[in-house]
Amino acid sequence: MPSIKTVVATLATTTAIGLSSAVVAQEYTIGVSIPAATHGWTGGVNYHAEEAKERLEALYPDIEITISTAGTPGEQANDLEDLVSLRNIDALVVLPFESGPLTDPVRRVKESGVFVTVVDRGLTEEGIEDLYVAGNNHELGRVSGEYIRERLDGEGDIVVLRGIPTVIDDERVEGFQEAIEGSDVNILDMQHANWNRDDGFEVMQDYLSRFDNIDAVWAQDDDIALGVIEAVRQADREDELFIVGGAGMKDIIKRVMEGDELVPVDVLYPPAMIATAMDLTVQHFVSNGPVLGKYILGSPLITEENAEQYYFPDSPF
Amino acid sequence: MSSVMANNKTADKQIAKQKGFAIDLKTWGPFVALVVLALLGVLINPAFLGLDNLSNMLTRSAFIGIIAIGATFVITAGGLDLSVGSMAAFIAGVMIILMNSLVEQFGAGLTTVLFGVGASLLLGLCAGFINGVVTTKGKIEAFIVTLGTMGIYRSLVTYLADGGTLTLDWAVRDIYRPVYYASFLGITIPVWVFLAVAIIGYILLNYTRFGRYCFAIGSNEKVAEYSAIHVDRIKTMTYMLQGVCVALATIIYVPRLGSASGATGVLWELEAIAAVIIGGTMLKGGHGRIWGTVVGAIMLTMIGNILNLTDAISNYLNGTVQGAIIIVAVYLQRASWRKTGP
Repeated sequence: MPSIKTVVATLATTTAIGLSSAVVAQEYTIGVSIPAATHGWTGGVNYHAEEAKERLEALYPDIEITISTAGTPGEQANDLEDLVSLRNIDALVVLPFESGPLTDPVRRVKESGVFVTVVDRGLTEEGIEDLYVAGNNHELGRVSGEYIRERLDGEGDIVVLRGIPTVIDDERVEGFQEAIEGSDVNILDMQHANWNRDDGFEVMQDYLSRFDNIDAVWAQDDDIALGVIEAVRQADREDELFIVGGAGMKDIIKRVMEGDELVPVDVLYPPAMIATAMDLTVQHFVSNGPVLGKYILGSPLITEENAEQYYFPDSPF
Repeated sequence: MSSVMANNKTADKQIAKQKGFAIDLKTWGPFVALVVLALLGVLINPAFLGLDNLSNMLTRSAFIGIIAIGATFVITAGGLDLSVGSMAAFIAGVMIILMNSLVEQFGAGLTTVLFGVGASLLLGLCAGFINGVVTTKGKIEAFIVTLGTMGIYRSLVTYLADGGTLTLDWAVRDIYRPVYYASFLGITIPVWVFLAVAIIGYILLNYTRFGRYCFAIGSNEKVAEYSAIHVDRIKTMTYMLQGVCVALATIIYVPRLGSASGATGVLWELEAIAAVIIGGTMLKGGHGRIWGTVVGAIMLTMIGNILNLTDAISNYLNGTVQGAIIIVAVYLQRASWRKTGP
């Protein structure tokens, strides 16, 4: 029968070991707040966020990642409050639904001492976030514009389908217009197709009945592009024009890879940037290198030659 | 006493005087609005009258139109169904998954497509049944029940699609594609389906006992119940009819783009309800008009079409123009209602 002394001693040592291990392995909770999968691109964001969570948690047992998705900017603001008060997060990775309404909620998170990473959509006020990870919307527009300008030898009639009226859409169109400025590439009309296949189909149908000659279509987004393809196919006008989308959806990348004449290229704006942001945020806690500032991804032109490296058949996007 | 009678008499006279004109406006109001809108379209861009454009527009209006015909029954009987848009997305999602999985067994043939179509109708019927039974037997407001099912179906399709987009197998798509794109006698298949549904709906609402019960229940549910009408059963049947209409709309929607996602059918419920109201059906029930609904659905599509045909109006103002036209169209009609009394 063990004496009381040994029991106490054992208890003491185990407690001590327990305590020390708790002190050594400090756990970090990272909150990820993203928009719900309301269209293809955000669907891709959700997929890559889940993938990154699994991968990072397996790699770093001390890191815990919580993902919350929101259907509206208001809901996302609530999510941010909950992440701070209920989950007690050490870092926040946020892809804001809209820049304006979420600037203040993110600032409040920052003021509570949390490391903040903002993804894709910049806040309307500078200096709140510790780290900014984004694609380059202006660049996406510019690369698309330059391709169309070159391919048409600086001369032709084109139509443009815009996204949802937001800063993202404005920046892309601005970059595009700068790229074709000074050439004889003429924009017949621009209408909003809201990054949506059905809208892309309908707007393109109407363009086709309105204009007898269209040399190229800038659809700006791969979901819109898929709707446009169907409308063009219905009107039997595949030989007259080509379509430039954007984002890097697997269906479109596959067409580019196969050398489709109608969709010769795509411009990258990857939803996987959420994973980049999560990786970098984790590095802030586990690496001895500084993680601060801006991390802007390129928007390369995807052509038949390099399409394979951007093809993810398992992603829903 | 005598003054009251005199008043009544003058009122009667007024009604009699206006009746010929007023009844015309009441019935023909939506048609007049449609013609005015079409004239506006031609003025803005002659391409509006192009055969291709008219065909595109009518074909497009078939989805909302078919759904709205179902909604006419639900609303006439005093109900409301907010779940139709999500239901369409959910049915489209299940159809695509089912057909893709059947390719291995039956090959990409007609059998596979028929299974998809059958599943769609069955799902629509069941979904409508659920809405109907929960509303009537559960004694919960239709607004709440269908708001609930709206959320459920929307999230189910997002779940099925893994947050992305479900895409129909290419080989199946080639077989199924004509259902949206092919024409018969120069008119596209969706327009034929729309027309058939409208005619059946018209007969059902105006020339059958079921239709008369819908009117009676919508006018006064209690009185209808005392008149030995099985109110719960009839109301549930209107929701099932709505479900079948949604299924039909989905059957012609899927071959168009061959895909479904969380973004499919967003706000279709509001467009369908708007089409019904523009057409002269009363939102509080008791009065329904199928042809009005048909015109309402075409008008809604036409507004979007005309806005796409011009760059005179800033894109940002599209919603303003749409909203204003809808309100004016209904106002013209209701103004004539008010003069003649209910």
